[in-house]
Amino acid sequence: MSNVEILGKQLELDADGYLANYKDWNEDIAKELAREEGISELTERHWLVINFMRKEYEEKGDGPSIRRLTKQSGVPIKELYQLFPKGPAKKAARIAGIPKPKGCI
Amino acid sequence: MSEKQQAEPIEKVSIVISKGSLEGVYPGLIMANGARMEGIEVTVFFTFFGLDAIIDKRMDHLKVATVGNPAMHIPTMVGGLPGMSAFATGKMKKEMEVLDIPPVREFIEMIHDTGAEMYACKATVDMFHLNKNDFCEQVDDIISVGEFYEKSAGAQIIFT
Repeated sequence: MSNVEILGKQLELDADGYLANYKDWNEDIAKELAREEGISELTERHWLVINFMRKEYEEKGDGPSIRRLTKQSGVPIKELYQLFPKGPAKKAARIAGIPKPKGCI
Repeated sequence: MSEKQQAEPIEKVSIVISKGSLEGVYPGLIMANGARMEGIEVTVFFTFFGLDAIIDKRMDHLKVATVGNPAMHIPTMVGGLPGMSAFATGKMKKEMEVLDIPPVREFIEMIHDTGAEMYACKATVDMFHLNKNDFCEQVDDIISVGEFYEKSAGAQIIFT
């Protein structure tokens, strides 16, 4: 556990460096987190993925597998990797303010 | 020298898939996909019976081996009965679907779409009298062992 200051707000991070409380999140924080991941601008397609990740987490208590993510969000895998080059499921989860997905697929 | 150095994260892996049974193919595919999910560069090299996972006509029909595997907990003679392999394969596929593990063809497409490169082993291709047309379209090339090592520069090599 550690704390990080984003936009003047103290936020708690879990051991993986993800937001500890997903309710701390808002869109401005997402933009900051994205910048940390090297994504300078969040496009409509990024938001589609991010919002899907949050919805999935709220409903199931875990982020989606990459297969679910692509099938349910309708964003093809190739594009997911373009949007989040360093690993879509995990990077998108971090930007979406949810914990690191536990699944292997 | 008391300070322990932080281990370098893995940046690139080369995964060799050498077996053609369902349980022989999946570990390598899961590791390949998992590596890409972490942003790790991936090369997958299919050799010997592992080629069945990328042979267009065979990749949808891989089976679980029910003989010679004590961890299956089926007596060898029972495992050898007709239909046992098909039965075990069906059961395993069902379990995998629940875990969101895709069928082989879909998994290969998925992994290739993540940016992983896929290669068939030239020695095996020659030995089995195969050619590029026998493979699914995700196979980037047929390469020699030497080329495999060249492409693996800086990678951890994982043999399965």
